[in-house]
Amino acid sequence: MPSDQPLSLFIPCLIDQVYPEMGFSMVRVLHRLGCEVRYRDEQTCCGQPAFNAGHQREAKTVARHFIAVFQDDEELVCPSGSCTAMVRNFYPGLLGDAGRKQAGAVFEFSEYLARADLIGKIKGSFPAKIAFHNSCHSYRELGIAEVPMQIIAQIDGVELCQPAGEPVCCGFGGVFSVKFSAIAGAMADTRLQMFLDAGAEVVVSNDPGCIMHLRQECTDRGLSMRILHLAEFLDEAMADHAGGRQV
Amino acid sequence: MKTKSEFLRKAAVKAGDKIHRAKILKAITTYTGKVEGMKSAQYHDWQQARSLAAQTKNYVLRHLPDLLEQFERNITANGAQVLWAEDAAEAREHIRRIFRERKVRKVVKSKSMTTEEIEVNELLGGEGIEVLESDLGELIVQLAGEKPYHIVTPAMHKSRQDIAALFHEKLGVPASSSAEELTMAARDHLRSAYVTADAGITGANFLLAEGAIVMTENEGNGRLTMSCPPVHVVIAGIEKILPAMENLALFLPLLTTSGTGQQITCYNSVVRGPRAAGEQDGPQEMIVILLDNGRSAMYGEPEFQHALRCIRCGACLNACPVYRTVGGHAYGTTYQGPIGSVITPHMRGMAEFSHLSSASSLCGACTQVCPVQIDLHHLLLKNRAKATEEKRGVDLWQVGFAGWARVMTSRKRLEGVRRLAVAGEASLRVILPHALRKRLPLPAKKSFARLWQEGAGR
Ligand code: SF4
Repeated sequence: MPSDQPLSLFIPCLIDQVYPEMGFSMVRVLHRLGCEVRYRDEQTCCGQPAFNAGHQREAKTVARHFIAVFQDDEELVCPSGSCTAMVRNFYPGLLGDAGRKQAGAVFEFSEYLARADLIGKIKGSFPAKIAFHNSCHSYRELGIAEVPMQIIAQIDGVELCQPAGEPVCCGFGGVFSVKFSAIAGAMADTRLQMFLDAGAEVVVSNDPGCIMHLRQECTDRGLSMRILHLAEFLDEAMADHAGGRQV
Repeated sequence: MKTKSEFLRKAAVKAGDKIHRAKILKAITTYTGKVEGMKSAQYHDWQQARSLAAQTKNYVLRHLPDLLEQFERNITANGAQVLWAEDAAEAREHIRRIFRERKVRKVVKSKSMTTEEIEVNELLGGEGIEVLESDLGELIVQLAGEKPYHIVTPAMHKSRQDIAALFHEKLGVPASSSAEELTMAARDHLRSAYVTADAGITGANFLLAEGAIVMTENEGNGRLTMSCPPVHVVIAGIEKILPAMENLALFLPLLTTSGTGQQITCYNSVVRGPRAAGEQDGPQEMIVILLDNGRSAMYGEPEFQHALRCIRCGACLNACPVYRTVGGHAYGTTYQGPIGSVITPHMRGMAEFSHLSSASSLCGACTQVCPVQIDLHHLLLKNRAKATEEKRGVDLWQVGFAGWARVMTSRKRLEGVRRLAVAGEASLRVILPHALRKRLPLPAKKSFARLWQEGAGR
């Protein structure tokens, strides 16, 4: 279980480059829960974009860099189900033993909270109708199902408005949403409609890719619905509870 | 390239067609509701049934040559004839010869995706042979001059009103006909054909190595197609083999539970051969064409072989959010949806069809529902890698990813590129392809790494 070493932050490239605030939200939440974290700034990306597009050689090059950066760390926490799945499920096939070693060290954010037995410590309030969008990789590659919803339900004032049925893809899919933007956009439209029909005011997700895609769809439709990362949601909820933000 | 641009064009049209999307979603939701209900009503442990089916199919694949020979031997002993077809052309040639020798002028056909695969209708049309589709769904698409929209429910995209309008135009029934009246009209249209046809063509859902073909259906038309005319031609893929009758106890309900949410289909026929001496009915001749058409190429690739476990239940199509968005016609293939995108590049050429493997968000909904546990979305991923390996010539994505890998192996380089990107964002956006421009978000003013160095988060 959790070791004495500080927890190492694995910040996906999309968060590093586009949504750094999601990363800092995660850091604040972890701090409030008493976790010590470290950040290795040589990290860049796990290699997933190339891997999913079928460019194995480039994916391997970047994955090796990843392993070199994190070789001394026992536990990594990552605010993306998809990037966690890349390391855990695909590094072994891509890099053999080195990949296998790395695979066992990475945990998605909600997974880590459960693993470190921190869920009970989360106190906060967020009065709103919330739906959770589980990313496909989080659900199907990592098997994360109930935990994020348990976490959300723990927050005061939350009314969960989950659409019926299994998690449905939002249409992001990395390079897919660029190569096939019309299909990807229509998929986001379908997904967003499910949330609207369920009466949700805020959608919380655990993957920055899905969040970007759904936010884009909201912009296209002129909707003001908020799409938040689980870390942002908790950050806001806990900050209110603690009577102000602490950084 | 043409196949790809056709796909992109058709997919974009359908993606923007909200009426189409609502229609398909409604049809599919009806099915998936039944499927989920039947899984829990009929199985103590659905997952175990899946894994048992996968194991049985693995056994079949390991012994495929052997089982096929057994099939040939046993069904030949029952009086049927077996022909092998390496590709679509050879299968067509067999059919042409069989029908010419027997002076066949009129054929009834029941639902069979293999006949679509080798384009039997086009062949017979060219021979001046009249073809009647006996499956209601197939009849609807035939009358409409279309291809099947779905491997199990070929007319899924047509509402009752659409069908009434079509039958009104083609068969002269009142445009206000109810579903029952429409079915009766189709039946009247077909009934006389069974007795006047010179041959019947069907597919097979399974081939039993002990010497039989198995067909599942709901209308009974398939049974008439194979028993009334004097000649019965079966066209089946070589992967359809199961060892013995007892395997059907698992596979028949598995197929229908996944496909249509039925306990079992209304008609299930096991045919061991043509009419035997002293029997009252059945065709005088039965000829089984075993179709390869790219299947042994897949068989020869260890990574992809297990896609041959497919029993064509259609569940992966129904589960697929891309299929639900673009519909069955955009693919331009015989087999649509996830399984089609996995196997078509192997059967018909990676260069021409690999775009289908890329046209997926890799959500994995297909893999989750497949009753024989085919790892569909990971096979799509493997297809992509294979397509990259086999690609000739300059590819922009390849160049792009090579540059990306260089940048992503050093924080310093990444920050350098980022500075340029932020500074030149406006002008950079102009040179990007439209889709990228729209979907690419603005980079944040400072990266997480930079902010962290400046003391944020501590
Ligand atoms: S791949 Fe699986 S789910 Fe898809 S049609 Fe074949 S058996 Fe059914």
